[in-house]
Amino acid sequence: MKTFRLGGIHPKENKLSAGASIETMEFPKRAVVPVAQHLGVPANVIVKKGDMVKTGQMIAKGEAFISANVHSPFTGKVFRVDDVLDSSGFRRKAVIIDVAEEEEWVENIDTSKEINQDIKLSPKEIVDKIHELGIVGMGGATFPTHVKYMVPDSKKVDYLIINGVECEPYLTSDHRLMLEHGEEMMIGVRILMIALKVNKCIIGVENNKPDAIAHLRDIAAKYQGITVEPLKVQYPQGGEKQLIDALLRRQVPAGKLPLDVGCVVNNVGTCFAVYEAVQKNKPLIERIVTVTGKTVKKPSNFLTRIGTPVSMLLEKAEADLEATGKIINGGPMMGKALVNTEVPVTKGTSGILLMKKSESKREKEGNCIRCSKCTSVCPQGLEPHLLKILSKQQENESCEQERIMDCIECGSCVYTCPANIPLLDYIRMGKANTGMMIRNRSKK
Amino acid sequence: MVIAMLPALVVSFYYFGLGAVKVTLTAVAASLFFEWIITKYLLKQQPELQDGSAVITGILLAFNVPSNLPVWIIIMGALVAIGIGKMSFGGLGKNPFNPALVGRVFLLISFPVQMTSWPKPVPMFKAPMLDAVTGPTPLGIIKEGLDKGDSMSDLMSKVPSYVDMLLGNSGGSLGEVSALFLLLGGLYLLFRKVITWHIPVSFLGTVLVFSGILWLVDPTQYVNPLFHLVTGGMMLGVFFMATDMVTSPMTPLGQLIFGAGVGLLTIIIRVWGAYPEGVSFAILIMNAFVPLLNRIKPKRFGDAVKAN
Repeated sequence: MKTFRLGGIHPKENKLSAGASIETMEFPKRAVVPVAQHLGVPANVIVKKGDMVKTGQMIAKGEAFISANVHSPFTGKVFRVDDVLDSSGFRRKAVIIDVAEEEEWVENIDTSKEINQDIKLSPKEIVDKIHELGIVGMGGATFPTHVKYMVPDSKKVDYLIINGVECEPYLTSDHRLMLEHGEEMMIGVRILMIALKVNKCIIGVENNKPDAIAHLRDIAAKYQGITVEPLKVQYPQGGEKQLIDALLRRQVPAGKLPLDVGCVVNNVGTCFAVYEAVQKNKPLIERIVTVTGKTVKKPSNFLTRIGTPVSMLLEKAEADLEATGKIINGGPMMGKALVNTEVPVTKGTSGILLMKKSESKREKEGNCIRCSKCTSVCPQGLEPHLLKILSKQQENESCEQERIMDCIECGSCVYTCPANIPLLDYIRMGKANTGMMIRNRSKK
Repeated sequence: MVIAMLPALVVSFYYFGLGAVKVTLTAVAASLFFEWIITKYLLKQQPELQDGSAVITGILLAFNVPSNLPVWIIIMGALVAIGIGKMSFGGLGKNPFNPALVGRVFLLISFPVQMTSWPKPVPMFKAPMLDAVTGPTPLGIIKEGLDKGDSMSDLMSKVPSYVDMLLGNSGGSLGEVSALFLLLGGLYLLFRKVITWHIPVSFLGTVLVFSGILWLVDPTQYVNPLFHLVTGGMMLGVFFMATDMVTSPMTPLGQLIFGAGVGLLTIIIRVWGAYPEGVSFAILIMNAFVPLLNRIKPKRFGDAVKAN
């Protein structure tokens, strides 16, 4: 079975919510919709206090090259435009909406459940549509999708790669989506193939989801050029660079993009969002969020509108907050701890993970005995133990030489370290300092 | 780690009786004591004996000395091993040289007589305990004999049989005599992924190839490669000393070079050096090269491929 070539680990999978069908989340009374839900420049707010908005109406416009539009997930009245604490703990601009009783959609949006197979748009129209309706990468990085499809003439692309790996333990939102919306997702895949002008597409799915693989294979059989490839259960199989290496045996060089090795990678969730945008005119205003963990009574997958506070999801999943030590936005390997539960769900919220008090406690840091386990599991071929020391001493130039910027922050080194050294904490700090040094240099 | 050393430890108790027990206990207790007192009063830190590293150093030191060594000499060895070999560099993980070997080599140079009078192995329950009987190691027999001009075939008839050497029924330091049981412990370490195959394989491979070439050139002057494998501290060095994570290189290629270097130096010392045994010197010399070998970088993701 295919897998990537360097490093990797196999943490306990803990997919508690894999069997839970997608449930629709109720609406909140008041929603908080941040305008920076994507990687890049925040969108500019185009509504003001007191305005009435319909569901699907654009409320913030992404005007920079790497930016994305934001649409109202609810019908209601703009209560305020203000800086609000977001999931990363920063105060960022958001549109706060008082949700009305009656929902009213923007006229041209098709809200029926009917599956629309006919793809009528040209490649350029597709990319424009994706741009207009605010589609971003749903795997977690939230990179604006339309930017990936504006391929410069100098680059030749021959493969579209779809990421259905979901290698993070606990998370199951992609798994449920593939099972329950496989048809629509596959139309999204075909739309993206047209937009990219390629005739080959590989969907990579980790082998712990045999039902999803079988289901997608059934659907893919109807179309030319789409293959579904089971992948070895190994973390971080779903890392973009690792996935390309596993499927095509091509390695994206340091500082380069998948485009440079002839492919574009998108998540299965993004494909579904693309389907809804192109075939139904529906902007990205909702997503599937896994709520899981050992202190959650009913591990669930919720179809949730953007802007819904996390606390509502926790309540619906019957979380025991007393026994919970930490709430994480994302999976256990790469997710970040939430500062409070009133933060809203955004386009990149793939899961909310609750950890028991005993699980979330940090073990005492011991001495490095130079066992080099961290080096052997690093999927990027780096030496975390060395980067940690260099980062700590702020040796930014040495950090750059030792390729600290190649680190994908997967956390495999921390997972494997027998001395419980928080290697990634130091490396993130070193990356920030080194990145600043590199940017200052190019400014001169 | 300690579990892996148990088979060889039990064998040493079997052949060397109470002497081996006494030496081992003294070495472990002294190592723990020195680690504790130095951390607490010299480094002024909270001692962390529970990491077990001092116990391992103690057992390894005991493995490397004769079972009739006086207690005060063992304590001095433990002081040098822990105090100079380890704590003077800042403690666990920071020492460039294998502490147990530092202790062992210190003792060998300082107390050559006591360190080279090995008691003859006496299987438990089979014969009365006789303290005074000592004899040379197989490697010593060969080395001295060749220097005197004895013929190789004569000498080979004087050394214990291969079966005895595999099981541990031969003269030597208490933990090094049984090649078979050390191998068993080594395989356990490999199985549990405490160590990787790189150093043992390149070490043993180099010993076999290099001593094999010498043997093929002149079998009357050079002993055969298998003899090298089962004698002296070879197996102990291969699995328990050279593979010490702290004092060996961190990349697979570095480890292969390190192992080959130790193998080469071991045979050079055994064949042409002043001492019959060279494993400990060879490992210490290669320990010094580790910072250099650590400049060998692992294979980076994306380097082999060109962008289009």
